[in-house]
Amino acid sequence: MNLRESLKLLSPDALKESLLSRVVTPEIDAWMARMPKPVGSFGYDPWGYNESQAKVGLGIAKLLYDHYFRVTSTGLENIPAKGRVLLIANHSGQLPMDGMMISVAVATNDHGPRVPRSMIERFFPTVPWVGNLLAAWGSVIGDPLNAVKMLDAEELLIVFPEGVRGSGKPYAKRYELQRFGHGFMHMAMTQNVPIVPVGVVGCEETMPSLLNFWPLAKLLGIPYFPIGPLMPLPARVYLNFGKPMRFTGCVTREDEVEQRVEEVKDAIRGLIDVGLKQRTQIF
Amino acid sequence: MAARKKPAATAKTVLVTGAAGSLAKRVIARLHPTYNVIAVDFRHKVDLDGGIPSYRVETHKRDFEDVFRSHKIDAIIHIGRIFAHESDRHRRYNANVLGMKKLLELAKRYGVGQIIVHSTFLVYGATAYNPALLDEDQPLKASEVTQELVDSVELESLANIFLWKHPELNITILRPCTVLGPGVRNTMSILLARPMVPVLVGFSPMMQFLHVDDMADAIKVAFEQNKPGIYNVAPDDWIAYQDAVEQSGCRRLPILSVPPAIPRMVSNLLNWNAFFPAYMIDFFKYPVVIDGKLFREAFDWRPKRNLNDIFSYYRRQKLPAG
Repeated sequence: MNLRESLKLLSPDALKESLLSRVVTPEIDAWMARMPKPVGSFGYDPWGYNESQAKVGLGIAKLLYDHYFRVTSTGLENIPAKGRVLLIANHSGQLPMDGMMISVAVATNDHGPRVPRSMIERFFPTVPWVGNLLAAWGSVIGDPLNAVKMLDAEELLIVFPEGVRGSGKPYAKRYELQRFGHGFMHMAMTQNVPIVPVGVVGCEETMPSLLNFWPLAKLLGIPYFPIGPLMPLPARVYLNFGKPMRFTGCVTREDEVEQRVEEVKDAIRGLIDVGLKQRTQIF
Repeated sequence: MAARKKPAATAKTVLVTGAAGSLAKRVIARLHPTYNVIAVDFRHKVDLDGGIPSYRVETHKRDFEDVFRSHKIDAIIHIGRIFAHESDRHRRYNANVLGMKKLLELAKRYGVGQIIVHSTFLVYGATAYNPALLDEDQPLKASEVTQELVDSVELESLANIFLWKHPELNITILRPCTVLGPGVRNTMSILLARPMVPVLVGFSPMMQFLHVDDMADAIKVAFEQNKPGIYNVAPDDWIAYQDAVEQSGCRRLPILSVPPAIPRMVSNLLNWNAFFPAYMIDFFKYPVVIDGKLFREAFDWRPKRNLNDIFSYYRRQKLPAG
């Protein structure tokens, strides 16, 4: 190799190329090719998902999945290979690492990879780059209309019904399920969607927070400001996917809905216990 | 010459407003000579061949009624509109909102049997909380986001009131996504025709585009099939704003997006000739993606031109001459 060629390898374009090829491995390409996902003429869907950007996102997340959080996933065969489905999980760890890890598990599932669609906080679209990137990787804001239209399009949705109540809670409350919103259950019943409960273990330890410093959060316009480590710690993560649950028939009162939500919560509690037993060391 | 053909004696008479515009011209070309077309525009008297009567008239002025006195009008296709980047808010309100009211009242008085109102997707308003694939029954939030679109929203609500109060008017409201193509003078079309276009750093919302010929087809089927109601008109395809800018052969002029005061300031400084209108700032940040399924299925209509056909028109404009 002469000098000119080696200099070429140092150009920004060449560096970008070589970095990309390390992130988007042939393995990632193969999984993406297997996903049943229709897109428009420029690779986008109505919610901003973009094939080529999603590949990069999955590549980066897969590296974290394998080498940083060293995730163990069990019960992946419970995720239907096609058709509408809701993945309902416990939320923790300040940053949505749990959503990212479940997404990787879903996207690289040997029983049939799917495009993971996480429902995220409404403030994300207002943050430059972050909002766009999350949308391109498949996330959408947790609006009921988004959920209804996505399920109509036979997509797989990841929902954390605890929302910020779960992710922003202090370390002292780890593995205690917070109040669940009922929206997902209404959706499951009216649109005949199976629910796959997911128990996440380990994300609580990625960012143990002493407390939520809410005055600063309010000032910055974000849901919470944790006092804890500045970046996620490399805790081992255990994901357990339960058997699909179906809820049909009509209910007449909201407390009947609550009963059904409690059934899902119980299933998730069981899966968390399984994960805690699997875990032999935290880091 | 095709223009010499005469409509049948029993043919319907259709009044088309905004006749000087690109879309209305295409609609007229599709209706003539099957129907008797009457063309009006507030800008100037449009020269049309084939003996189409043409008037320069403002819809909110008194002499608009003379058109109804001299012709028995069966249907109105209301396309004429002052865009948000043209004129000031007060004049626009008069022309668009009071003009709509006048038109509806005259239609009622002179027994017009059908009205097509050409609205816009802008009425939904761009906010960070917008879900995608908005249905026709979503709230219209545009006037909450920017005062420049108050007239668009009010025009629609007037049409809505008449839609349920006077079913005999058979009002169809069409809310198309951004219409682009040769001769189109809306804000987005003017932007994409330029060599350099402002983009907000870190934001690239999803957008939908429709070719002006496809929109003209949509108006024609809506007129011929006459199914009153409110319909979004959009294709089943989407693209991010910054990609659309690139595909149209424009260079991007990045503008700092946070804090929100900065784009507003830049807009004040740079908004000569609708280069960066303030009311578009939110549309450059947040998506307003509409669901066009209802119209596509009700009228069995599909756009014939794709996104690349649309962008290639803007790309060609930037080729060096010769």
